[in-house]
Amino acid sequence: MTTNLAPRGKRGGNNVLVYLIALIVVAITVGPVLYGAMGGFRTNAQLAEKPTGLPDPWVGTNYSSVLSGGSFWTYAVNSTIIAVITTAVAVVFGVMAAYPLARYRFKGREALFMVFVLGLLFPAAVAVIPLFILVTRDLGMGNTWWGVALPQAAFALPLTVVILRPFLMALPRELEEAALIDGASRIGVFWRIMLPLSMPGVITVAVLAFVTSWNAYILPLLLLQGEMRTLPLGVADFSTEHSADTAGVLAFTTIAMIPALVLFLALQRRIVSGLQGAVKG
Amino acid sequence: MSSEAATGAVASGRPHRHDAWRKWAEIAFFVTPALALMALFVAWPIFTAARFSLYDWNGLGPLDDFIGFANYAEVLADDVFRAAVAHNMIIVVGSIIVQLPLGVAIALLLNRKMAGQGVLRTLIFVPYVLAEVIAGVIWFQLLQPEYGLVDALMNGIGLSPPEEGWLGTPEVALWVVLAVLTWKYLGLAVLLFLAGLQGVSEELYEAAQLDGAGWWQTQWRISIPLLGPTIRTWCFLSMIGSIQCFDMIWVLTGGGPANATTTMATYLIDEGTNRHNYGIAGAASVVLFAIAFVMALVYQLVVLRRDTKEAA
Repeated sequence: MTTNLAPRGKRGGNNVLVYLIALIVVAITVGPVLYGAMGGFRTNAQLAEKPTGLPDPWVGTNYSSVLSGGSFWTYAVNSTIIAVITTAVAVVFGVMAAYPLARYRFKGREALFMVFVLGLLFPAAVAVIPLFILVTRDLGMGNTWWGVALPQAAFALPLTVVILRPFLMALPRELEEAALIDGASRIGVFWRIMLPLSMPGVITVAVLAFVTSWNAYILPLLLLQGEMRTLPLGVADFSTEHSADTAGVLAFTTIAMIPALVLFLALQRRIVSGLQGAVKG
Repeated sequence: MSSEAATGAVASGRPHRHDAWRKWAEIAFFVTPALALMALFVAWPIFTAARFSLYDWNGLGPLDDFIGFANYAEVLADDVFRAAVAHNMIIVVGSIIVQLPLGVAIALLLNRKMAGQGVLRTLIFVPYVLAEVIAGVIWFQLLQPEYGLVDALMNGIGLSPPEEGWLGTPEVALWVVLAVLTWKYLGLAVLLFLAGLQGVSEELYEAAQLDGAGWWQTQWRISIPLLGPTIRTWCFLSMIGSIQCFDMIWVLTGGGPANATTTMATYLIDEGTNRHNYGIAGAASVVLFAIAFVMALVYQLVVLRRDTKEAA
């Protein structure tokens, strides 16, 4: 897949240089995260005395108090439920919308698709104040999971449709036609043939929607308080409320990043191919 | 709906009028949920923001104090908002100027047979996966005056960091924010460029090598030009992200010190939530939207058009 173009004589020397540069880049990218994780194993006295030092001795109390305290788990549950609802709604509605855009011929099809493409350009920040009023006052869904998840799903839909449409277009037509000839309805074909075939694409958009919701800040910030807060809100608030307790903040933040990192490592190829698909598409 | 369509299926041999009607019903069935959700939660709020911008309204009582474009006049004359627009532009341009060469350089370096390539790629991508808020909180700790890691390291090698702290000194705060944003988003650039490079056929490289081209020449003449479409799309994504920049700034500086790091988004959230100036927030939203839209449109017409033409 990749090519080594270094002229033979220089290869050894070049590779040492390449590894050295790669090492520096990795140190800069991962260093702050590792420092946070290490800092969580120190005491505030240790951190103040020698900010650059390693844990000595290692203390587990920062982590254990975050894990035994209730708030972390409350935030994690809220984040999970909101991300699941967001993902489910965005994916179900997204696949449904992408299907006729990919498989039907009708007047105004491209114009309809443009609606979704244009949707990519609407920054959430522009809508967020009216959304706050709409969700809290008009819909009475302030400080609820659905109140955050539904608008997030709406904002996730354009990317979902834009990624899924070419994916559905590329599926072979024969199966669909055979089923239609056998008397299946379009909706039956959609459920029993198109949906299973498009699972790889669906997983990709699902992961993107999930991660976006999991990391979201601005909308939850306006809509959620107290026990309903998500992890990013919890981390930000913990950091301001316990500003003197640096070690505690580092421990809380470190634990809060674990779910996203695990999800990323488990589904790395999906996320990467999804992002690349979005760029190529 | 589904039962209608199911009974319709039996009639697939019937005259065309019925088929046409059924086709439209099916299309409506599939498309309506998505369109309805977007109409309610995307289009309506943006329309509402535009409506608020024409009124003087603090969120209480009826929306009846119509003041025309006075909010726009106020926003556009406000030094804080003008500075916010300038900060957004610095972030837009700065992100591209810094991340593009760095990203291309790292991608070219990593695009070769080497042990641990997969691991390297994963590690470089880690900051991108983290929530901006979480990355922001970590950097906030690293950048603490005196006790933060950055200050400690600088003191260690005899340099003196700013007294008020990196985030507390108006002259440097925006540049520090830009540096943290670069840290956060460089991985995405590298990843996308690497993907673009994988699409370059090996024969091109071999041909270049046979013709006696060196490594640098090959990269400059083959890799980088062929990376063009990926770079142009990445620039677009980067611009759209920079123009909306909010989370990182809210966590690191809250727009301060002395409004040195406000962006349009932090400005409008501050006006809307802390001051309840919904009219002002609405006007700022519309300006933000207009700037984002014009930028996207111009970029699409001038730069990306080439790619779609080539593709077609």
